[in-house]
Amino acid sequence: MSETVTLAKALTLGLRRALEDDPKVLVMGEDVGKLGGVFRVTDGLQKEFGESRVFDTPLAESGIVGTAVGLAMRGYRPVVEIQFDGFVFPAFDQIVSQVAKMHARSRGDVPMPVVIRIPYGGGIGAVEHHSESPEAYFAHTPGLRVVTPSTPADAYWMIQQAVRCADPVVFLEPKRRYWEKAPVDTGGSAPGPLFAGRVARPGRDVTLACYGPMVRTCLDAAAAAQQEGHDLEVLDLRSLSPLDLDLVTESVERTHRLVVVHEAPVFLGLGAEIAARVQECCFYALEAPVLRVGGYHAPYPPSRLEEHFLPDLDRVLDAVDRVLAH
Amino acid sequence: MRADIPAEPGTPAELVQLLTPEGERVHHPDYDLTLADDEYRSLFRDLVLVRRVDVEATALQRQGELGLWASLLGQEAAQVGSGRALQPDDFCFPTYREHGVAFTRGVDPLQLLALFRGVSNGGWDPHEHNFALYTIVIGNQCLHAVGYAMGVQRDQADTAVIAYFGDGASSQGDVNESFIWAAVFDAPVVFFCQNNQWAISEPLEKQTRIPLYRRAAGFGFPGVRVDGNDVLAVLAVTRAHLQRAREGGGPSLIEAFTYRMGAHTTSDDPTRYRLASDLEAWKLKDPVERLRSFLWRQQLADQAFFDGVDAEAEALAVRLRDGCRSLPDPTPEQIFDQVYAEPHPLVAQERAELTAYLASFEEGHR
Ligand SMILES: Cc1ncc(C[n+]2csc(CCOP(=O)(O)OP(=O)(O)O)c2C)c(N)n1
Ligand SMILES: [Mg+2]
Repeated sequence: MSETVTLAKALTLGLRRALEDDPKVLVMGEDVGKLGGVFRVTDGLQKEFGESRVFDTPLAESGIVGTAVGLAMRGYRPVVEIQFDGFVFPAFDQIVSQVAKMHARSRGDVPMPVVIRIPYGGGIGAVEHHSESPEAYFAHTPGLRVVTPSTPADAYWMIQQAVRCADPVVFLEPKRRYWEKAPVDTGGSAPGPLFAGRVARPGRDVTLACYGPMVRTCLDAAAAAQQEGHDLEVLDLRSLSPLDLDLVTESVERTHRLVVVHEAPVFLGLGAEIAARVQECCFYALEAPVLRVGGYHAPYPPSRLEEHFLPDLDRVLDAVDRVLAH
Repeated sequence: MRADIPAEPGTPAELVQLLTPEGERVHHPDYDLTLADDEYRSLFRDLVLVRRVDVEATALQRQGELGLWASLLGQEAAQVGSGRALQPDDFCFPTYREHGVAFTRGVDPLQLLALFRGVSNGGWDPHEHNFALYTIVIGNQCLHAVGYAMGVQRDQADTAVIAYFGDGASSQGDVNESFIWAAVFDAPVVFFCQNNQWAISEPLEKQTRIPLYRRAAGFGFPGVRVDGNDVLAVLAVTRAHLQRAREGGGPSLIEAFTYRMGAHTTSDDPTRYRLASDLEAWKLKDPVERLRSFLWRQQLADQAFFDGVDAEAEALAVRLRDGCRSLPDPTPEQIFDQVYAEPHPLVAQERAELTAYLASFEEGHR
């Protein structure tokens, strides 16, 4: 059964199936009920599953995540929606101090199967606090798993796998890609594991490691580089914690050059971790320093400047040129 | 006046009103107001101009000149009434919808558009207007207001602070913490909640099961509900509570009972969660028309006055339209401006890298 749907719709379908498969699954957050969320990801779910399973909460993110902890302790599997990346911070304490640590503190007696969905990233011309890329905070926190789909098919399967995971999963949704369409095979079961990356485009000359919204950007860059005779490999990491490092090192062993691309600021971002690990694992395979392309050490700018802040095809290719110059 | 601000709900009436929806002047035992004729007219002028700003900004968003606009339609009286109650030294902490309050603080509406056009993350100097930057993260500013008020207290200044927030925001931890702080430190702050009945798609009952003003009692300070579409009542009540704060009476909560007549923002589609007919009852309570009727009834204004205000509103709209289109785009390097007050090597390095990168295009290297 294959349907061509947007990434947002794929998430809706995935959530619907998660709700169908397990009566303990709940969907909660601001405006997720009648409105179906500001991005319509939960559209129709309240109507179908009722107000006890899909419900609007008061406007308080700490409350949303804190009550999800209690629901999880009572045997439920809450999927909470944080309306925008910039609004997760009131919940940061609950996420970092409670959600992330409960399993370890209870020596495994109290698992935390909570999914925290967060639309993230820029490129939609929004006002401030609506374009942040907070993934590093979460990936930096032991106890949390962090994943991000880049295609409708991944969105459909990954959300279901996240719901089934016994650990808390921060599920980052690339909001600027919500409206991109692709075929999704909704039959059968997930094509692969949740916490693994994939080769989005095989290539020989340079490895581009990216995730979420930057996968499309890097694929476009690879297509452009092809014209100039450069064959780029694009890795869609999908999982940021755990990080599928084998995928990256295996690729770098072949291409000998690595560029990491993300929207989040470069300083202490995922790229820093990847660069460090890669030089540890395959120092002698590298023909050039690992380069990073990402946001700057500055607050996300007003929207009329965001094209200069966000990595685009040109900035990716600029880094590619620089690693190829070695 | 301040001694008999009712601390208990429901005495004598739940809703303070000085002007009926028909424009009839009524009196209230605890809050009264005597204004000179030209003060009534000037309140009306503000209401009309603020509405015109809002209508124009909505139109500019539709034309693609703004990325977003959060309309205040229906809330003009709550904002103009409370804003006009402030003394110049009083300090104000807004949300993102306080265009009417901004107007009363002398912020040029064009500066408001800068944020929504995406050329600035701020737009004005808070100290110039005693009006903080808009705060988009719900509830954050209420704590700032209390902290500012604690500073005022230490300075022994004759100043009050006002914090704006919405019905939805009343659920946030920050807002509830700010109530506790204000009570414990007896801070000279007025919490001004515009209960416009909606937090995007969520109606009030998703946030509370008691009237919001009654929450104040539990925190240990007075709460009052005012007809938010009655500019005179809002002015009188806010004045009284600001004065109470200035005189050391501590915090209070004002719930301005009003209605969000438009969409949450230009990105929102309210037909998904409320009926168009829900608006009908509130249309009859329109804040602008109410004062207009009063001015006519009392013969405080004539046709020439109303025509004059309309002409002024039109001129303002034209200025906004032209001004908005010619708001300069910031330069890419401005990304790095003022990230820190003191030099920061990483910022300097990245700035230089961006400059060099952009120059590589101009030199035709690509
Ligand atoms: C912490 C936080 N969570 C969520 C949002 C998204 N959001 C923006 S406005 C809004 C509703 C606010 O309702 P209310 O406080 O009643 O103010 P109103 O918009 O009605 O003026 C929400 C949920 C936000 N800005 N900040
Ligand atoms: Mg509201």
